[in-house]
Amino acid sequence: MSAAPDLRARAEALGQTLPPLLAEAEMLAATVMLGEHGRRRAGLGDEFWQYRPAHQGDSARMIDWRRSARSDSHFVREREWQAAQSVTLWVDPSKSMSFTGDKSRAPKGDRAKLLALALAVLLLRGGERVGIAGMASPRAGRTQMLRLAARLAGEDAGEDYGAPETEGMVSHGRAVFLSDFLGDLTAVEAGLARASDRGVKGVLIQVLDPAEEEFPFDGRTIFESMGGTMRHETQRAGDLRARYLARLAERKDRLTGLARAVGWHFTTHHTGSPAQSALLWAYSALQGGR
Amino acid sequence: MFMIGPIGFAVPWLLLALIALPVLWFLLRAVPPAPIRRRFPGVALLLGLKDEETETDKTPWWLLLLRMLAVAAAIIAFAGPVLNPDVRAGGSGPLMVVVDGSWADARDWPRRAEKAAALVAEAGAEGRPVALIRLTDAPERVEFQTAEAWAGRAAGLQPQAWAPAMDGWAEVLPEGAFETVWLSDGLAREGRDSLLEALQARGPVRVIESPRPVLALHPAGFEDGKVVVAASRMPVGDAVSVEVIARGPDPAGIERELARVTLGFAAGMELAEAILDVPPELRNRITRFELEAARTAGAVSLTDDSLKRRKIALIGAGPDQEGLQLLSPLHYLRQALEPVAEIIDGSLTEVLLANPDVVILADVARLTQSETDATLDWLETGGLLLRFAGPRLAASDVSRFDEDPLLPVRLREGGRSVGGTMSWGEPKALAPFTEGSPFFGLVAPDDVVVRAQVLAQPDPNLTDRTIAALDDGTPLVTRKIVGEGQVVLVHVTANAEWSSLPLSGLFVQMLERLAVSTRPALPEASDLAGQTWSPEVVLDAYGQLSDAGELPGADGEALAAAITAGPTLVMPPGLYAGADRRVALNVMSPEAQLLPAVWPASVPVEGLEGREAQALKGGFLTAGLALLLIDVLAALWVAGRLSGLRRGAAVLLVAILPVGEAKAQDTSLPDDALALEATTAVVLGHVLTGDAQVDEVAAAGLLGLGDRLWQRTSIEPALPIGVDLERDELAFFPFLYWPITAGQAQPSAEAYEKLNQYLRTGGMILFDTRDADVAGFGGSTPEGQALQTIASGLDIPPLEQLPGDHVLTRTFYLLQEFPGRHARGAIWVEAAPLAEAEAAEGMPFRNLNDGVTPVVIGGNDWAAAWAVDDIGVPLLPVGRGFAGERQREIAYRFGINLIMHVLTGNYKSDQVHVPALLERLGQ
Repeated sequence: MSAAPDLRARAEALGQTLPPLLAEAEMLAATVMLGEHGRRRAGLGDEFWQYRPAHQGDSARMIDWRRSARSDSHFVREREWQAAQSVTLWVDPSKSMSFTGDKSRAPKGDRAKLLALALAVLLLRGGERVGIAGMASPRAGRTQMLRLAARLAGEDAGEDYGAPETEGMVSHGRAVFLSDFLGDLTAVEAGLARASDRGVKGVLIQVLDPAEEEFPFDGRTIFESMGGTMRHETQRAGDLRARYLARLAERKDRLTGLARAVGWHFTTHHTGSPAQSALLWAYSALQGGR
Repeated sequence: MFMIGPIGFAVPWLLLALIALPVLWFLLRAVPPAPIRRRFPGVALLLGLKDEETETDKTPWWLLLLRMLAVAAAIIAFAGPVLNPDVRAGGSGPLMVVVDGSWADARDWPRRAEKAAALVAEAGAEGRPVALIRLTDAPERVEFQTAEAWAGRAAGLQPQAWAPAMDGWAEVLPEGAFETVWLSDGLAREGRDSLLEALQARGPVRVIESPRPVLALHPAGFEDGKVVVAASRMPVGDAVSVEVIARGPDPAGIERELARVTLGFAAGMELAEAILDVPPELRNRITRFELEAARTAGAVSLTDDSLKRRKIALIGAGPDQEGLQLLSPLHYLRQALEPVAEIIDGSLTEVLLANPDVVILADVARLTQSETDATLDWLETGGLLLRFAGPRLAASDVSRFDEDPLLPVRLREGGRSVGGTMSWGEPKALAPFTEGSPFFGLVAPDDVVVRAQVLAQPDPNLTDRTIAALDDGTPLVTRKIVGEGQVVLVHVTANAEWSSLPLSGLFVQMLERLAVSTRPALPEASDLAGQTWSPEVVLDAYGQLSDAGELPGADGEALAAAITAGPTLVMPPGLYAGADRRVALNVMSPEAQLLPAVWPASVPVEGLEGREAQALKGGFLTAGLALLLIDVLAALWVAGRLSGLRRGAAVLLVAILPVGEAKAQDTSLPDDALALEATTAVVLGHVLTGDAQVDEVAAAGLLGLGDRLWQRTSIEPALPIGVDLERDELAFFPFLYWPITAGQAQPSAEAYEKLNQYLRTGGMILFDTRDADVAGFGGSTPEGQALQTIASGLDIPPLEQLPGDHVLTRTFYLLQEFPGRHARGAIWVEAAPLAEAEAAEGMPFRNLNDGVTPVVIGGNDWAAAWAVDDIGVPLLPVGRGFAGERQREIAYRFGINLIMHVLTGNYKSDQVHVPALLERLGQ
């Protein structure tokens, strides 16, 4: 009798831990086909790598008798070395990420979380360990996926602009920072420095709304930050456009420079474009491409 | 009422509010547009940026101006502006409204009647007594009455088809002073001045005239046997052309347009003339001419007997003459005259009773005394006696010594014969007709020759009487005037015995000239005198004919006077019938002129229009509202809030755009299901022929070919699709298989359009006549003929039989024969351009690079060889045994080569360059 309510409670909890974000992330991740990613060399793993002639020092139990029986010499069956990597995600939880320039577009934060979770799904499926900086330490497996989803769906922080969190990063692991990087860049610089000190490589993904790229405003306007801590009044917003865009480009250049200095990758993603391209880019960048 | 220019104001003191506008200027200028608050993370990047200009702190000047204009428009609107306000001081005393009411008024009568009614109503509103007179009525004393009494009459007033009689009215004008408004037709009339003086003596006179031009048509006349129509206009202006329509009954008796001619008024000319050249048959039927544009009695001219068929009596020699029809002297005359004239037969005394227009005597020599007298009497009244010579006349001694009263000249004995077997000289031709002759202008054909004739005695008046002569000067036709009539003698026979004249068209023309000139177009007063003429049909002012009804008849003298002076009240325009003829009385006489009325300077003359008071309040209010709407948009734009409206505007624009176009596009879209099916993979298509069995085999064949392609090549076609040429879009199919059946319908024009477009844009069609087993050379089979019929509408390039080095022989398999179910048929493809058709050294192929042949034509019934059923087993047998299976295999290979050629184009042809490329790489 007592088992049934327990089961029901667990089932409900499970249903709650599979929020729409996760479902969406899984759908997004399903568009990327991949297998176990081997290290392209012999080592520990499940996949067959090659047969090599047995030489001195190989224990008898290493010899593949089935293969050796077909010839005169002995062969050892080698497996491909497969090693899991620890990837730490950081999704900017600040208020500026809740901005959207158009009611039909999701806020930047939603896209950032979606990207992070989809990346996590991919990586977990690939056998990596994935965690969230400051919230969940890197682990592998399906349960970690649910845990990450729950953490990401949590409340946002109250600050206007976020600073990268490096707590819980595994040395020589990988990291993904998702933010709009519109706040103070020194915090980003510091975070990157801390990460590279631990030998962490990774990617910076700047998620921007198209309105932030185009600055489609005109007339007398008072601009306020999402938290209301900053404000700027102008008589003709249209006149500011060129200078705003110049500053934005300068910021991107600076971020690119920062990333390059520590061997990271940087890209800008717009919420107006499909998430898939950013996901693919992030995935290949994490694999050490380019 | 306060007036500024033509605009008056009902509440002028409201305009004082305009003074407040400058105050408004300062007030508005002080208030800047409110700012928008925006949440925007990018504000971090904005911090520290300064505005370049601070001008928009205040409202921009043009926005201010817009608002001021809106307010000003509103103020002016409420001040009650009126354009052309009726500020005329309401006159006092009685008002006389004078209307010409002539035919010339009919051109814009509704507006005149309206104006007259308005004048009466206006006077009624002011309590003035009114009188209304129409000058085309008979003068009678009028009394001033209340407007109500006149309102009905004013509304029902109609114009009359004649000119107003001004004379009588001056005497019957009411006593006492009154004001006069004269609605004039604008034409100069006799007595207008005296009536005007009489009216001016009673009080002020105002004239209202329409500036519209008046057009009038004169009666049609004759000139050189052709109808001349003329029209006048008033006022004289720029060059204008109007159409004149001749109307009359068609052979079925239904009135319709018979002819039409364009009258061109030269600039500055008031008269225009045109010649209407119509065949007599048509001309005889014309009952009236009318100007196309104008709908007045003046624009219509009725025709009377002067355009009608003549009555012609034909009298030949005595009944003793028995002979062939073609030798009858009357035969040619009858043939020539029957279509255009009414022919009377009988003896001379009998026909004279019928009062013919023309009497023709063909080789009649001697008449009895009573006949001669009767004929002379008839001639005196205007008859035309036309006589032809002949053996009898030549043999008789008529007019030998004394001139016969019924012959124009004295005749010499026996006549003469030229160009015959027993005489010298050539047959004589006609000399050109001299001026003054009724035949002048006709051209004598060269083949008209005279072999025999009667000769005239050289008398002093012979030259005057000769109206046609031979080229040696001997008279051929002579004429003598007798009273009103004339006698004409043609010195040859009326048949082809003496000359070839009756055989030529000239004969008919000469007869027509003679017959036409028998009666003057306009009757003289003396013609009409002494008879009573009763009207048959009359014209109303709008040019419409109506039955005369009980109208009394008229004196001949009065009618003659009316014809020159124009119709009157007692003699309306129309057709008047006398004892033996009908006379048309038209509004315009031939000499009548249209002259504009000249008013003394003391009389104000107004047009009909432009005097309406027009309230402008609504217009100003609308303008003000529109300005305010613009202001809303402009204010939004200045405040930077317009961007949100853009999408709305776009939606609005789409909604406003005509929906019809979108619909048209929708219907032209091809079936989406077909498009999807045909474009998700490579699809082979076959043309549906309507023959179910052929279509099935074609589908099965393409299925089998598709299977082979799937197995052997990288082409993975989907299931084949049958294509309906009329309905389906062809562009989705890279390849169409078209089996030809004998009974196939030809595609429609649209289908041909699609097919040609398809061929031009890179599609390929394989035509298969499936008859290679029976067809030899040429398209002798029914299928071959069907193919020729179908292909005649297609844009097919020159063809040649498939050459041995064609790229089709090596796109996938190396092939030299292309069998289907039949093995031997020839295959035709697009001919290679000759200039490039040369083989490079050591190459097995010619250097042909460009183009995929758009058609492949053959008769090997490939589909039958390719056809498989659902489980992939061949459907139809090919050949016998293993050889047959080999043939099927080659057929598949041909199919694969063909599809490869379709999809890869000339790729294999380019392979000839590989050695050269390798060589270049090696270096």
